[in-house]
Amino acid sequence: MLTQSLFYFLSFLAIFSALAVIIAKNPVHSVLYLILTFFAITGHYILLNAQFLAIVNMIVYAGAIMVLFLFVLMLLNLNAETEPQKPAYIKIAGVVSGGLLLLVLVGALKTVDVSGAGGTTATDMGLVENLGMVLFNEFLLPFELASVLLLTAMVGAVLIGRREA
Amino acid sequence: MEDTLQTIQSIPLEHYIWFSTALFIVGVIGVLTRRNAIIILMSVELMLNAVNLLLAAFSVHHGDPSGQVFVFFIMAVAAAEVAVGLAIIVMIYRNTGSVDIDIMNKLKW
Repeated sequence: MLTQSLFYFLSFLAIFSALAVIIAKNPVHSVLYLILTFFAITGHYILLNAQFLAIVNMIVYAGAIMVLFLFVLMLLNLNAETEPQKPAYIKIAGVVSGGLLLLVLVGALKTVDVSGAGGTTATDMGLVENLGMVLFNEFLLPFELASVLLLTAMVGAVLIGRREA
Repeated sequence: MEDTLQTIQSIPLEHYIWFSTALFIVGVIGVLTRRNAIIILMSVELMLNAVNLLLAAFSVHHGDPSGQVFVFFIMAVAAAEVAVGLAIIVMIYRNTGSVDIDIMNKLKW
């Protein structure tokens, strides 16, 4: 079936490019693989018919945030030669810790019963119209606070990034 | 409309759980094994995205739009976090000439 094969393709693409992000020696390659991961996740949102989130993910993550990362990397002129490396035993310890966390999560989630979640009737919920109704009725105050948060972050970034602080 | 419903339900929710778990773990391993502060910030973004996708999947399968609104707020907070975090990293680079987090241990007991 097309949907399922698309799901598996996007999942493996996302996981392998995420692995490439943390394995790549050159930080610029890491950012490029991260963009690929974000595009795969955008595909997942489209599969879920969450069109608003797909577009926002594409614009905010793959567009704005990744440009910021790439800009800083190129501003600092980082490359594979200047890349600091942890000693091998720390890397092995990190991978083992991550694997143990995976084991715990898989063990815990295996017993979870999600069969009660099949009651979907509204498939057009992820469209801008419906999300906008929820966002501006129920979540109006958090939405306004988010704008204050972004203003604070902008002021903070400018203040920290100034040469003579 | 009926087609969309069938398409969404043809992928079980468990698959989204396993996929998000795997993506989250990759992010955790990235934070634990890398020393470049920018790559660590990118690994945090990976973890946030794994959680976002799972929230959206649960929201769609439950028929509750609040989950997708939460994802929207998480994206706003992540954008603020990255802007301030990268400003701090640039400032650290100006003062120490490196983005290695292992040399920034002055606050460590």
